[in-house]
Amino acid sequence: MNATSTEQASAPVTEDALRGALAGERPSNPGPVLTSLTFGWRALLKIKHVPEQLVDVTMFPIMFTLMFTYLFGGALAGSTQEYLQFLLPGILVQANVMITMNTGITLNTDIQKGVFDRFRSLPVWRPSPLVGALLGDVMRYSIGSAIVITLGLILGFRPEGGAVGVVLSVVLLLVFSFCLSWLWTMLSLILRTPNSVAGVSMMVMFPLTFVSNIFVDPKTMPGWLQAAVEVNPITHLATVVRGLMHGSVPAGEIGWVLVSSVLLVAVLGPITMVLYRNKK
Amino acid sequence: MGTFAIETSGLKKSFGKTHAVAGVDLAVSAGGVYGVLGPNGAGKTTAIRMLATLLRPDAGEAQVLGYDVVRDARAVRSRVGLTGQFASVDEDLTGVENLLLLARLLGYSRRRGRERAGDLLDAFGLAEAADRQVKKYSGGMRRRIDIAASLVVTPELIFLDEPTTGLDPRSRNQVWEIVRGMVAEGTTVLLTTQYLDEADQLADRIAVIDHGKVIAEGSSGQLKASVGAGSLQVRLRAPGQRAEAERVLAGVLEVQVEPSADPAALSARISDPERVARSLAELSRSGIDVTEFALGQPSLDEVFLALTGHAAEETPEETPEETPEEDAA
Repeated sequence: MNATSTEQASAPVTEDALRGALAGERPSNPGPVLTSLTFGWRALLKIKHVPEQLVDVTMFPIMFTLMFTYLFGGALAGSTQEYLQFLLPGILVQANVMITMNTGITLNTDIQKGVFDRFRSLPVWRPSPLVGALLGDVMRYSIGSAIVITLGLILGFRPEGGAVGVVLSVVLLLVFSFCLSWLWTMLSLILRTPNSVAGVSMMVMFPLTFVSNIFVDPKTMPGWLQAAVEVNPITHLATVVRGLMHGSVPAGEIGWVLVSSVLLVAVLGPITMVLYRNKK
Repeated sequence: MGTFAIETSGLKKSFGKTHAVAGVDLAVSAGGVYGVLGPNGAGKTTAIRMLATLLRPDAGEAQVLGYDVVRDARAVRSRVGLTGQFASVDEDLTGVENLLLLARLLGYSRRRGRERAGDLLDAFGLAEAADRQVKKYSGGMRRRIDIAASLVVTPELIFLDEPTTGLDPRSRNQVWEIVRGMVAEGTTVLLTTQYLDEADQLADRIAVIDHGKVIAEGSSGQLKASVGAGSLQVRLRAPGQRAEAERVLAGVLEVQVEPSADPAALSARISDPERVARSLAELSRSGIDVTEFALGQPSLDEVFLALTGHAAEETPEETPEETPEEDAA
């Protein structure tokens, strides 16, 4: 109704106006950094217009932090306060890793809606729509991290590593999340609907985050499960974040996280670009 | 390459067992409108997507503005505009944000991009809707913003894939005006459509495509000549008189008269409009009451019937998931 009334009011398309609009110049094509940032700007605009999409970076981590601290804190670590010191860095990892799934769902929606074709038909550096979307997601991860840390501080989390440790661990987490997002980007180019992307992502993410040292010390697990926890990259990431926040710098583990981040992009990036180029 | 804006030979693309495009040869001159006419699933969208570098051909060659669509894809991309069957702008963003986004991606500065977006919104009668999210636009407005999005940098060639499908007549006329305006400014337009009258109104030359192949090519006059002048539809007061009416009409028109699905109606392809008046007079002389009659241009169905011997049909297996480009959302 609203739209119709405006259409009635709007001026008809006149040939003169059209002529003016068509006599356009032809600026030179911008470089990859600028186009990626421009696509990142689009992601931010989408957050502005559809703030509901921030539910996963706000409500979800809050819920998990509160639930785990108060449900299991006493049983697992003797007191909720003590458990919080152990849990919070882990929850931070879990929240970020979970938020990365949104990348795939968003991209798949773009493909369904046809806006993807518009972007692919532009003379820009080909990965820039994907890189830009991931840059926009880094903003989401930052929001999620800020919320978890703030909530933690309110509940009594006291990082011994101080502000520097917290900031460093968040930066590392953002790097890893950015790299992991390529997995979901790749998936969204293979699967047909946003729902199936969400389904498959959940199937991967749940075991990946729970079969790790995020919630409990693996020492109490059976041997075979400990082995699984040990090879899970999320375990290493949680160890690093926990270490940095509490003042010990596990250099070897940091290297491990950085190497796996680079590997993720090095392997998934090219596969994703081939899929992107050949997408029907 | 000469003067052709688009030249293809043996262009092919299959999805699984479906041969969406089964060897298309086209030669489209620069300037003017070239119409590609065919039913849903005929392969129009697939062909356009290959020409716009969104899809790699399985076989064959295609050159757009002198550049190969596979080897020089980027050169093609920077010279053509594409407007898909369904609005391909970001519906979460506002009209002005969408255009600014594209302007920035195409190298405009923030300030010039904003001016450019404003000019386009004005020209397309969308200035008032500039700050509204595109998902709140009406169908006609969406189609206009989508076309505007393809013109941020004025392309030498623009692909319009069924630009008026699903539009009301008023919005359709606006789109036609836009197309004529673009042609007047020297842009070559390749337009796909399911409507013969649209191709007739806009296109200088038309290719009729069916099951992934070009089955006829020529000016609209040439095509229509191959089909006949049009068709006569007659509706009788008494369905019981249909057999007699069929005989009377066939006698005067000297063509075959077909009973329609409506038990009181008949239709005939006519070659000579002169005879229509006489045939109607003959009906009334025979005591057969006619409640309605209409003389229409040949429909796409009739073109297809004449060209292929079968009606224009949708190819169902090519529609939903296998080829999302023919699909709605």
